[in-house]
Amino acid sequence: MQTIGLLVEFKDGKVKAAVFGMAAAATGTDRQLVALAVDAPVAEAKAPLEACGITRIVDIRTGATGWNPAVQAEALTAAMQQFDITDLIGLTSPTGRELLPRVAARLDAPLIMDCIAIDLDKRRVQTTQYSGKAIASIALTGDRFIYGLRANVVLPQENPTQAEVVEFSFKPEQDAAYQVIETRCDGSSGPQLAESDVIFSGGRGMKNGENFKLLFDCARHIDAAVGASRVAVDNGWVPYAMQVGQTGVKVNPKVYLAFGISGSVQHYAGMKSAGTIIAVNSDENAAIMANCDYYATGDLFDILPELEKALAALNS
Amino acid sequence: MTIYVCIKHVPDSAATITITEKNRIEEKITFLINPYDEHALTEAARIRQDDADTEVVAVCLGKPAAEATLRSAMAMGADRSILIETDRNHDSIFTARALAAAIRQDGRPWIVFTGKESIDSEGMQTHFRLAANLGMPAATNIIEVQAAADAVQVACERDPGTVDRTRMTPPCVLGVGKGLNTPKYPTFPDIMKARKKEVRRIGLDALNIDPPAAAMALEALAPAEERRTPKELTGSASQIAARIVDILKNEAKVI
Repeated sequence: MQTIGLLVEFKDGKVKAAVFGMAAAATGTDRQLVALAVDAPVAEAKAPLEACGITRIVDIRTGATGWNPAVQAEALTAAMQQFDITDLIGLTSPTGRELLPRVAARLDAPLIMDCIAIDLDKRRVQTTQYSGKAIASIALTGDRFIYGLRANVVLPQENPTQAEVVEFSFKPEQDAAYQVIETRCDGSSGPQLAESDVIFSGGRGMKNGENFKLLFDCARHIDAAVGASRVAVDNGWVPYAMQVGQTGVKVNPKVYLAFGISGSVQHYAGMKSAGTIIAVNSDENAAIMANCDYYATGDLFDILPELEKALAALNS
Repeated sequence: MTIYVCIKHVPDSAATITITEKNRIEEKITFLINPYDEHALTEAARIRQDDADTEVVAVCLGKPAAEATLRSAMAMGADRSILIETDRNHDSIFTARALAAAIRQDGRPWIVFTGKESIDSEGMQTHFRLAANLGMPAATNIIEVQAAADAVQVACERDPGTVDRTRMTPPCVLGVGKGLNTPKYPTFPDIMKARKKEVRRIGLDALNIDPPAAAMALEALAPAEERRTPKELTGSASQIAARIVDILKNEAKVI
């Protein structure tokens, strides 16, 4: 019996949708799925986690008052040992990027982030390398194994079962050498780029930061996220956190809508795995127009308001 | 005080990647400094400006050709550099051990900078492993650094719109993100000066690295060919908008 730990993330008190795909990726014969939740509202998560095949939920309590990734990673490592977890899977999300490498470093265990496929029997994974230009097959050796899964690569599946909730209290000593003294949210946290099903993204053609409102207006009707190309970020129109591409966020939505984005190699590195790419650009020779699923040659300032109206009409 | 900046010699993001053997790429292409490391170098040079006693040392585990990248690092502000010479690519478990051993052998760090990830293997972890090997705290995706002799305070961008302020007691490892600064590219005199700076070459055997029990082995590489066949959406703006909604609803089924 192989015991697989799943690092469960929450948003607004609910289990993140991408976690269910992660459970599906971990499901297999002779395996037990254990959900690991750190300082999280576990009670409400029991039903949805049971529905995707998880038989044990470890409610890890660190006693920390705020976010401290070093404390959480230490507690996760202890929980892996306590519950004989050999393989830990998390999302390649902002939280996963903080916690998974810290756990791997503590255990001196192999870790591959941003996996697009995981074989838990052979402990072989696939991920992209060289700006998404190559798919690498990597074999892990060791005694514990950590994986960061790219969101949305495996579809959730129903696998109803019963789960027991186990409380695991682990209060690491405060490390004076590493203290998170403040966490500031500017309140603009919409759906997370890396996990969104639909992304409206803008580039040079948006002309300025105010015009990004046109994208946000479309996105809010269908709970989509808004991204940007490097040009839009470098011009200071939108914050870096919105940048999609090689040196920005790598996204994997079902639909990626690119407005006024030329489609550089570096931009593709961040969005090429999208299910459907729709490009709107006034320049019919832009690179993206030749490597997408749908393109419209036209003025995005004409099309976006119409699109906003059409999306608004869906909800009315 | 000494600031170490770990550098990786990586293929230019615009280069064509050709897979030659099952797990190797053709290396006769342009290589340069990993872009995140440029932000680290720029920050190290900025900190040194305020503190004349500070030395900036670039460290790289790489093949002999990586010397060119260390020259660039010195043109961007490193005072000297260390090339740990190897003939192969290593995983981050081994890389972190090699970098830690070279730094420990060289001196006593105040701050160790790295980029938050490299653009070739995209592992996102070497800085954490380096910190574990050196017994130091680490932070990632850093967008602001305030460095004093007895405290290093950083801002880390976790989510879009969420920033954590973290205070560490040096020595510490800082994995920097793009939001930190605008890289200061070298001038011609900087490049000339860098030619005279020292690149100390050391062999892996001189570092007495215990072979790790765990490993990540690259078994195969395959080109990620993804050519799409575009279909044109035509008509008026409202017709195009209606078609997009139709695709979202009926083809992609996301609404």
